[in-house]
Formats: sequence, structure tokens, C-alpha cells
Amino acid sequence: MRRVYLDNNATSPLLPEVFEAMKPCFFEKFGNASSIHQQGQQSRSAVEQAREQVAELVNCRPAEIVFTSGGTEGDNLALFGLVKPGDHVITSAVEHHAVLNACRRLEEIGCGVTYLPVDGCALVDPDDLRRAIRPGTKLISIIFANNETGVLQAVNEIGKIAAEADVYFHTDAVQAAGKVPIDVKVMRCDLLTLAAHKMHGPQGAGALYVRKGTLLQPMLYGGRHERSRRAGTENLPGIVGLGKAAEIARQGFTDGSVERLAALRDHLENNIVKGIDQVGVNSAGAPRVPNTTNIVFDCLEGEAMVIALDLKGLSVSTGAACSSGAIEPSHVLTAMGLSPDRARASLRFSLGKQNTAADVDFVLQLIPEVVTRLRDLSPVYKKVVR
Amino acid sequence: MSHENQTVAVAMSGGVDSSTVAALLCERGYKIIGLTLQLWNQRRLSSHDGMPEAVQGRCCSIDDVYDARHVADKLGIPYYVVNQESRFEHDVVRPFVEEYLSGRTPIPCSLCNNHLKFDQLLVTARQIGADLLATGHYARNEYDERSGRWLLKRPADRSKDQTYFLFGLTQEQLSRTLFPLGEMCKPEVREEAKRTGLRLFEKPDSQEICFIPGGDYKKFLDAYLEEQGEEIPDTSGELVTTTGEVVGTHSGIHNFTVGQRKGLGVATGSPLYVLEIRGDKHQVVVGAGEDLLSCTLRAKKLNWLSIADLREPIRVHAKIRHRHEAAPATVEKRGDDEVLVTFDAPQRAITPGQAVVFYEGDVVVGGGWIC
Repeated sequence: MRRVYLDNNATSPLLPEVFEAMKPCFFEKFGNASSIHQQGQQSRSAVEQAREQVAELVNCRPAEIVFTSGGTEGDNLALFGLVKPGDHVITSAVEHHAVLNACRRLEEIGCGVTYLPVDGCALVDPDDLRRAIRPGTKLISIIFANNETGVLQAVNEIGKIAAEADVYFHTDAVQAAGKVPIDVKVMRCDLLTLAAHKMHGPQGAGALYVRKGTLLQPMLYGGRHERSRRAGTENLPGIVGLGKAAEIARQGFTDGSVERLAALRDHLENNIVKGIDQVGVNSAGAPRVPNTTNIVFDCLEGEAMVIALDLKGLSVSTGAACSSGAIEPSHVLTAMGLSPDRARASLRFSLGKQNTAADVDFVLQLIPEVVTRLRDLSPVYKKVVR
Repeated sequence: MSHENQTVAVAMSGGVDSSTVAALLCERGYKIIGLTLQLWNQRRLSSHDGMPEAVQGRCCSIDDVYDARHVADKLGIPYYVVNQESRFEHDVVRPFVEEYLSGRTPIPCSLCNNHLKFDQLLVTARQIGADLLATGHYARNEYDERSGRWLLKRPADRSKDQTYFLFGLTQEQLSRTLFPLGEMCKPEVREEAKRTGLRLFEKPDSQEICFIPGGDYKKFLDAYLEEQGEEIPDTSGELVTTTGEVVGTHSGIHNFTVGQRKGLGVATGSPLYVLEIRGDKHQVVVGAGEDLLSCTLRAKKLNWLSIADLREPIRVHAKIRHRHEAAPATVEKRGDDEVLVTFDAPQRAITPGQAVVFYEGDVVVGGGWIC
């Protein structure tokens, strides 16, 4: 059976070039980057090369990159490393759970947290942000690109507001990296989270950009790795893979691959909207990353649709992978005003570099057939149509 | 016989029965999709006083989902967890709580079968391309050419008979359901589980209501209502005898069920039993054991299986609770959706809120809810 994978926002397959770069780290170049001997030095040099590659992706100095185990750790390190009990934090209602639940925990330990509402496209209003800043505000954490709808927040404006108010600005850029250019200087952020596996790198590797001069309390204590900001022997293959993935991601902005992805996504989205009744695109009309489309199929159970499509060879999801199996409909979609039923009827399609025009054609053939079958069996749809 | 073209969704709870169903149907050549209904978060009320932590061996505990997934892996079948927690709460848990608060004794398993397992799950099964749904219930179903109806019948293993909980199924649901364990007895099922290589063949049976770990429904009511920010309505009142004499007071009608002997808080020479709960007056009627005996009951919200409708009085064996030996009775219509059931001999502790199910030999004629 043909299988097409359109869940690249959950995780994306490793590129062969990335794997080739990682391979030696499992065998001959296995040294501990902190060791004095040749093997250690070899690994140190590989880690530092990766640091440069990642720094280039976001336009910062290599010393400002801290390697982590991924997006969740980066977000947690940014928040818990900076914020102390009594501080005030501003975030949004549409953050990834790595930020949202960290903020809930901050509230429990005595921090004030403001969750900014969003508009119908899941966008934060910069004026709301301005109004939320108060004397004790320590940090603003706003997601760069939303993992569910792909909507891009006005990070440049947010960074300006934060800088003018002299408040730290963190952004979770896990879903933005490799899809839109990132420049920490332009957006004036102090902290920025990256994960390798959302840009065709390995799972379990990520980085946090920490602007020079930003003092972070570490979360892990041990050796003096990562300039004492993150103890623990470096995940060498992961870091090397992240570096290579970052390098390829950066090339994507000039070699046409991002445009190709955007064209495929648009083709998919336009034809679903054209070919099926009672569908809508979530966050349509707002700037979005080029690989993601989130579509509501009214009167459907997204969960049943994901299963039905999976059995027919298509991998998609109802939203964040971490939310699957949860009771609540997507907090992102409900925050932007969708009813719980419509939120549950929404599917996320996220493309990656490996996807082809033939993949999209396969999907366009499959979706109408599955939607028709599900709606034929849906008591709600029968009522609506009548 | 080959079933290569038929796709069957198997409702897998992680227990021996449904796991064996999946294994057997695989052997018979069906295309199988494993589904587990996630109905209740077992940790949800565990922080409340007196509620035990989630216990193993019931559906929806994390361990059971692992067990079901393990079986699916072993059999090489696609497997999915379908979340129906909000519907379960709305259609099963809420009514369960409200029944108790109004002085009746509910059976959530029947509601779950009617609203979740054979309704929602069957719809999901068809939506994902399965023609049939198979479950690990001990029951049999077959199409009767003569009447043109689908019949629900008692299983070969009478000691595991679950037809009492299945009387609410529709003809459509029965026609799309497989009960592969209907002809087997439990030791055989465990034997088959072992033979097909399922490591959980010795896993103990689950007995209690799945969302009430420890089986203490009063603690559950307290914890659930507290979580909901609701107070248990004050239904405290009098304990009275059949002649109206007040013999004591009680703290709320939800603490009682018909036939109950313990916890009445009244000391008399002879044992006292709860005979009746008068929800409107907050009264609990108590009396001697023999006063629990009654020959008649009324039932509503009827569902007929082997017959299209009840026109004339019929002779049946009627069962008034899961562990009751069905007794000879006559059923006759009383109004649009109500019947009068008259037993040949008095029955003990007929309890409002429970189901009454009518049998003709092995065949389930229909049933309704005791009012």
C-alpha cells in the first residue's frame, strides 16, 4: 500500500545527508566532547561546528547557542531559568503545551501569568501585549509559528514592544525553523527555542538561543557543559544532526525548496476547499508557515477521520501529537473561536521536504472518498444537509 | 471458511476476553482493526479523600491500554484508542449520579453498551471501514428467518451470561455485531488465549463498575460532585416502617438501595431491610425481610428484540438484576411505553433503576427499566 506522510509538524523524517553526517558519531568519532584526548577533541570540534551551523540559521553568535534535548527542554529552560517567584510573565492562549504547562507550574510557585487572547486567526494583538505589561513583568513568551495552524505571530513587533519595555522576550520557534527565515537581531528576542526533528533532523536534539548577557539558572546540575547552562555529556550524534539539519534548512530559503513546499501546500489546500462542501481553512488569511494547512471538515469526528485515513495510507493528525488521546478539543482552535465540535472536526496536514506532487495527488484522491463515507454515517451531517 | 474480505473492528479492553476475540478472528482470516474506548480518566478523582489510586484490571487504566496495544502488536493488527470520555461522562456517569441522588439504583454498564459500545463505537467502526464490530461479551446473536429478526441469546457459559446488560441493542446493532465467545466457556477462553500466545491469559476478570475503583459508589458520588463544584443535595429524612411509624433518621437517600440491611443505624430485635425509597419525601421505608418480597413491577423505556412490539400478554422468565435467577412471569402492556410484570412467585428486592429483562428459553425477548 502506498503511504504518504503529512504529519511533519509532529516529526519529520531524517534527511539522508543528516544521517550521513551523524553516522561517524556512532562509530569512529564517538569521543566525549569534554575529553582531552584525540577522540574528545574530534567530538568537541564536531559539536562546535554544529553550534556554528545553528547560529547561522538564526543569525546569532555560536556562543549564544545552548544544546538541549529538544523543544520542551528549551522552553522549560527559558522560562524556569529566567523567572522567579513573584515575577510576572505574559504568554498567549495558543502556546505549545511545553510553554503553557510550564506557565501553569510558574503560577503554582508564585508567579503571575497573563494569557493573551487571540483573534479568529489565532493571532495575538500587539496592543493587548502592550496593555498587559506591568512593573513586575519579567518575560514575554510568544510562539513564533503555531504548531497546529501554522500561523505566524508578529514577532518583530512583539520584540520591539518587549525591548522598549525592557522585558525579556522568548519565542518558541520550533515550528518556524526551516520554514521562514529567523533573525534574532531583527526580532530582538533574548531566547529562542529550536528542535532538530521538526526540520528533518533527529529526535531528542534541540537548541536554545540565549542572548549574550542573559543570565539563566540551569535546570540540570552537573559538569560545566554548555558554559554551565546545561550539564550533561553532549548528545553528539543528535547535535551533529541538528547542525546539519540547520544548514540544509537555511539553504532551503535560496534553493527553491521552501517555495516548492508552499506550492504543494497551496495546491492541496485549494483543491480540498474546492472539491468538498462545508470545509474551511483555519487561520486562512493570516501569514502562515508554507508547509501547514489546518482544515475543518464540518460534521466530522477528526479522530475517526485520522484512523480512516491511516488505514488507507495517509498519516495526518487532529492537531498536536501530544494532544492525541486527550479529552479536550484543541486549545488553539477553541482559543481562536471554533466551537468544540468544529475544533474536533479539524485536521492538520503538514508537509515536509520528502513530499512530492504525486503525494498530494494521492491525498486529493483519498480525502473526498473518506469524507463522503464518514459524512454518510454521521447523524449530524444528515441533519445539516436536510 | 475464509473471511478475507470482511473487516471487523474488535472492541479491545486489554482483558482476556476481548484479546482472545481478536486472536480468534485473526485466525479465522478476518481483517481486524483493534479499537479501545478511552472512557474515563482513572486518575481523575484520585486526589479526593478516600478515592483509591487507579487500580489495574479495568478498562481505561493506562495498563490496560498497554495490554491491548501489546496484543494488537503481537497479532500484527492496526490498533487505535478512541477517546469518548466526554460522551461517557454525559451519557453514563451523569445519569448514574442522578439516579442515585433520586433514590434509585442504576446500572451503568447497560447505558454504556447502549450509548458507547454499540452506538458510538459501531459508528466509528463503520466510518473507518469495518463492516462488523466484535466484542468479548458472553452472548450469542443470530438471524431468525422465520420472524425476520435478529435474536440475542444467552451464551453457552451460563455463569458468564451478559445478555442482561445487552437488552437495549437495536436490530441494526445486533446485525452488525459478532460475539465470538458466545459458544465458549471461560476456561476454554483462557485456554485459547494461552494457545494463541497471549501472555495475559491469567489476567484476573474485572468485576466492579469501571469508573469506581474499589467499588465504593458513595465515595465516588462525593468525590465527583466535589470536583464538579456541586453539593450533594440534602435528601436527609426519616426512616419509616410500612405503617408510617418513624423509627429513625438518615443522612440522604443516595446512601440506600432496596434490600440493603447494613448501615441503617437503627437497632431493633429483628434485622431490618430497606424496602422502598420515596425520593419525593426523602423517606426510606424499612421493614422485615419478608416484606421485600413482591410479585409485581412496572417497567418503562422498553426495548423489544425477538418481537416487534408487545400486543398480548406473554409468558416469560424475567430477570430483575444481573445476579438474579430469571423467574416465570407474565408481561402485559400498560400504556404506551410501560409494562406490568407479574411473577408467579414473589421476588426479593425489586429495585427501581435496575433493568428487567425477559427471556423465552435462551432468547432475549426484550426488557425495560424498573420504575
